[in-house]
Amino acid sequence: MYEATQNISKEHVEFLKKVKRKEVAIKITQISILITFFALWEIAGRLKLIDPFLFSEPSRMIKTIINLSEDGSLFTHIWVTLSETLIGFALGTFSGIVIAILLWWSDFASKVAEPYLIVLNSLPKIALGPIFIVWMGNGEAPIITMGLAISLIVTIISLETGFKQVDEDKIKLLKTFGATKFQILTKCILPASIPTIMSAIKINMGLSWVGVITGEFLVSKAGLGYLIVYGGQVFKLDIVMTSVLILSILAALMYVLLVYIEKKIIKWQ
Amino acid sequence: MIELSNISLNYHTIKGETEAIKDVSFDVYEGEFVGVIGPSGCGKSTLLSIIAGLLKPSNGSVIVNGKVGYMLQKDHLFEWRNIMQNVLLGLEIQNAVNENSIKNVEDLLERYGLSEFKYHYPNQISGGMRQRAALIRTLALKPDIMLLDEAFSALDYQTRLAISDEVWTILKNVKKTAVIVTHDISEAIAMCDRIVVLSKRPAVVKNIYEIHLTCDDRSPIGCRKAPEFKEYFNEIWKELDVHV
Repeated sequence: MYEATQNISKEHVEFLKKVKRKEVAIKITQISILITFFALWEIAGRLKLIDPFLFSEPSRMIKTIINLSEDGSLFTHIWVTLSETLIGFALGTFSGIVIAILLWWSDFASKVAEPYLIVLNSLPKIALGPIFIVWMGNGEAPIITMGLAISLIVTIISLETGFKQVDEDKIKLLKTFGATKFQILTKCILPASIPTIMSAIKINMGLSWVGVITGEFLVSKAGLGYLIVYGGQVFKLDIVMTSVLILSILAALMYVLLVYIEKKIIKWQ
Repeated sequence: MIELSNISLNYHTIKGETEAIKDVSFDVYEGEFVGVIGPSGCGKSTLLSIIAGLLKPSNGSVIVNGKVGYMLQKDHLFEWRNIMQNVLLGLEIQNAVNENSIKNVEDLLERYGLSEFKYHYPNQISGGMRQRAALIRTLALKPDIMLLDEAFSALDYQTRLAISDEVWTILKNVKKTAVIVTHDISEAIAMCDRIVVLSKRPAVVKNIYEIHLTCDDRSPIGCRKAPEFKEYFNEIWKELDVHV
């Protein structure tokens, strides 16, 4: 908080240098591991230590990316999966927040909903896949619904718990000012729950990827999940590995973006 | 300013009914600081909630002439609001944020040495400053009566002495009336003009002490030197009848 900016002692300079050196060492090690991993993969493939037909290799993956980019189909697949995930995620998060607010508002509704939420939470949502397909056809709708279903219940449960854990005395304070229930919600419960909401959002992002990829495994004409299943069926492991790689990059980028947004919002910490 | 007559309050839970307060009556006059002291869990805070209108007594009548301001155990500044936003919270709730009230709040911040920290967040300032900010948040609503519910008990002992002295001086200067709930006998004697001693649950009034201290400096820290201080302490200690 109150860091001395002037008159930094020699000891402190040493300390700062040490901290910096450690950070750099961590980054270098992280990058080296990544490079070594891909290099060993490539070398092992070239030397026929592993069968590139089954394991693919980085150079073949780059070729695959180029091939798929030439006709633009790669971008279509990425876009399909990305948009499905974002829509499922947005719907799941938004409706989760709304339902959690309603359950906070009405203790009666919360008690009534409790056993249903427990059952729905324990149910593996993937089991609902075939039902969604029968109801909604084989377009994007069942896939988005899958992404929604997998994240909705968790959001409701974690947010409701978060809302109820807000310090009772903070609410009492607002009541001494004569606050209405709506004011308690907007001035205290929601802002106090921003860290809970952000962590729910981060979890949801991951869950939506799971939901959408699973949905695409079950029924799809495009998307990274489709590419993975298709590649597996025709034994083109290059396509499978490439898709998995792209998927992990996309998921990581999304996570970094969320962490960045979180830092922007929670400026008081 | 406050008249409590024959107040009773029962708590209802599934396991049964608990008598928290039984037949409590006392008055608080204008400009007076009244301490309420009693064993822990005896319903002291409940009594304050009744005066503040947060709880309805099961029986008896409460007459409060004037606006009530409440100070809780901790400062409860909202960590996502800066100091300025925090002290405006009460006014915001009552839709009373306007040029005048903002001016008043700015003056209070200036007077109590917080104006430099207006845009700091609560976790960036010291415990004493936080407590002062909480006081300003209450004073911003211009209450006539201050209810202090163990308002300093979350602080360490030294800060607590300093802050209670500070708050006392501020409140006396602006001629507020105060009801101070505490479990600290010395704090009650030091700060109050009268002390109501409650029994353990169900709380009844055991005794009411008028505090007269002979000392030049009638501030909570100054008057601890008064010769009568110890006597009052011993008497109240006996009255509380503490068994561990």
